[in-house]
Amino acid sequence: MFFVVNRKIIFSIIGTLVVLSIGALFSWGLVFGIDFTGGTFIEVAYTGELPQKEVLEEQLDTKELGAYSLRQTGEDGYILRLRDIAEEEYNGVREALSVEGSELTEKRRATVGPVIGEELKNKAFVAIATVVVLIVMFVAFAFRNIRDEDENEEEETREVSSWMYGFIAIFVLLHDILIPLAMFSVLGFLFGAEVDVLIVMALLTILGYSVNDTIVIFDRIRENLRRNKEEREEEEFESVVGRSLSQTYARSINTSLTTLIVVTSLLIFGGPTTMYFALTLTVGVFAGTYSSLALAAPLLVVAQHRKDRKLGE
Amino acid sequence: MNLTVFRSWSVILLLVGVFLGYSLYSAEKHTDGRHFKFGLDLIGGSHLVYEADTDKLDPTEVTEAMVALRDVIENRVNIFGVSEPLVQVEKAGMFSESERTERLIVELPGVTDLDEAIALIGATPSLEFKLERPPLGTSTDPTYLDTGLTGALLKRARLEFSTQQQGGFSNEPMVMVDFNNEGKDLFAEITGNNVGENLAIFLDGELISNPVIRDKIFGGTAVISGGFQTAEEAKELVRNLNIGALPVPIELVSTQTVGATLGTEILEKGIKAGIVGFSLVLLFMLFWYRLPGLAAGLALVIYLVFMLAIFKYVPVTITAAGIAGFLLSVGMAVDANVLIFERLKEELKKDKEYADAVVDGFKRAWPPIRDGNLTSLISATILFWFGTSIVKGFALVFGLGILTSMFTAIVITRTFLVSLSGVTDKDSPLLKSGIRNK
Repeated sequence: MFFVVNRKIIFSIIGTLVVLSIGALFSWGLVFGIDFTGGTFIEVAYTGELPQKEVLEEQLDTKELGAYSLRQTGEDGYILRLRDIAEEEYNGVREALSVEGSELTEKRRATVGPVIGEELKNKAFVAIATVVVLIVMFVAFAFRNIRDEDENEEEETREVSSWMYGFIAIFVLLHDILIPLAMFSVLGFLFGAEVDVLIVMALLTILGYSVNDTIVIFDRIRENLRRNKEEREEEEFESVVGRSLSQTYARSINTSLTTLIVVTSLLIFGGPTTMYFALTLTVGVFAGTYSSLALAAPLLVVAQHRKDRKLGE
Repeated sequence: MNLTVFRSWSVILLLVGVFLGYSLYSAEKHTDGRHFKFGLDLIGGSHLVYEADTDKLDPTEVTEAMVALRDVIENRVNIFGVSEPLVQVEKAGMFSESERTERLIVELPGVTDLDEAIALIGATPSLEFKLERPPLGTSTDPTYLDTGLTGALLKRARLEFSTQQQGGFSNEPMVMVDFNNEGKDLFAEITGNNVGENLAIFLDGELISNPVIRDKIFGGTAVISGGFQTAEEAKELVRNLNIGALPVPIELVSTQTVGATLGTEILEKGIKAGIVGFSLVLLFMLFWYRLPGLAAGLALVIYLVFMLAIFKYVPVTITAAGIAGFLLSVGMAVDANVLIFERLKEELKKDKEYADAVVDGFKRAWPPIRDGNLTSLISATILFWFGTSIVKGFALVFGLGILTSMFTAIVITRTFLVSLSGVTDKDSPLLKSGIRNK
């Protein structure tokens, strides 16, 4: 009941968060990885003393590489990002990264041509859009029978339409990916964290996962509505939603907990390659859980009130 | 079904789990057993993407040309002696036919120094016609004499089937080779001077055909016939001749190299994260749901064994992203159980007997489980389609995980739970805390 009764306060908190997130995305944008922009990524480690950043930069400046960024990673290495270079140029870069007294080992290297990057970016957008559309359709389909079949189609019904369930599910989903994206905007601004293919993967996974919570709650509402009808019980929609929420919150929190357990262990122990991936999932799963409880169900109540008012006129 | 049946099944399922687990373990121990397949990001190596310039080709010929190109590159890669290299053709561009580009993916496990590899792979294939001469001195291998006839003088090759009029058997595959004007004269000269000799054809320095010159050929069209066991063999020769006649130039568009040490590090960390996450989930289920939690835990262990068996025997290449996807699926696998147990708790509250509560709990939990997993499957499918290779690995593992976990959570946990009726009743302390509210 808590989330339904206090929905105004909750909406304003979530609303503020959403506004802040959009603000962050607009002011800082996102830093895209070379998978999407094209370019070269080189990670090197040194045995012996770690060379000074300034020294390496000075050596790199002599090579006509255009704009590049050099960042320290871990205790013994650097990550260099620059435009997409040809294999022949690479030897020069390696030379520039070498200093006397420390041995250089290349841990990872990737070069992505601009065409591939552009193509992947398009694909990522299409993939996210497709998932969103399919999920709306699925939710609308799954909840198509939320109104009683016996009811006359012509007559205006009192219940919220099944499409509304779909739209609310999507609205909530957009919130669920907005929050991790905003986090990337901030992390990108502060630490240069990049949105790469792994992050898009995490976002798509969140889309599929978070909607589960919403579906479980909606499903319970549907069941309670049906039972009320069978037992000819009159109950305010608001209280049906509240009751359904209290029946499902233990499940929502417990499943999110088990998922959070594994993604946080990946975050803590999984090492740097999957760190941002795990972080996106952690934040996304968290956002997905509170949004289903505090946003999806109360929004249904709002939709019902609006419908009631319209019918009352 | 009565209790004994369920209990027997429980025992069988547990035994299958133990047996599979043991066979996985022992296969990994033996050097000649089937091992897990790890991706380049975990064992180190290079992943190269080439774009093929097929503009000069007729659209209908592109697919054949790419197959030929792949074979040529595969041969070159084999020179390196890399274990399990991979060369595959990939069509890229998704919105329209005209944007389609052909790509060649080359994976070289263990190779991190690319200079030599890139020089060798990128070279344009060469097609040469040479005259076979008897071995010199003590050598038993014949020697080959340059003729000056190369792929550049070739127009194209095509596959035809002989008819009765041409003599011999009908429907026998033949390879027709057309030369251009310059090639026509040179070919007439070569064939005229060397009737009865072998004219060997080399692609990339490798002998691909060694026909005998039967007669002087003026028209500029040679026929290679007989000696083909199957039409496929003749087709392969046509492909190879064409790739030499009209080479498909390739350009390196993306490279990815991971050092072996980094790969090992990622793998070790991934495994560690997996063990910690998995154990914590098991503990959580056990503490929160007690006896049913134990049943879910056992089902989760069986899930783990099943998935590992799929990885090993299908086989699925394990990548860093795949490990992440697998871990995530472990967290989500319990979802169905949590749903069921929460329902079970409600049913028990209504004062139902344990066995009835289990049956009803499962029945009621099914619709949300089905719907929830379907949406995750939608995501997994789109991800698979989105797929560059890392994403595909993740999507595959994630999708398989969803399907397998539905099976383990519903069928296996249910079997265990039903088997437990009689051991526990609705007031048992084994169900306390999570399942039964005091």
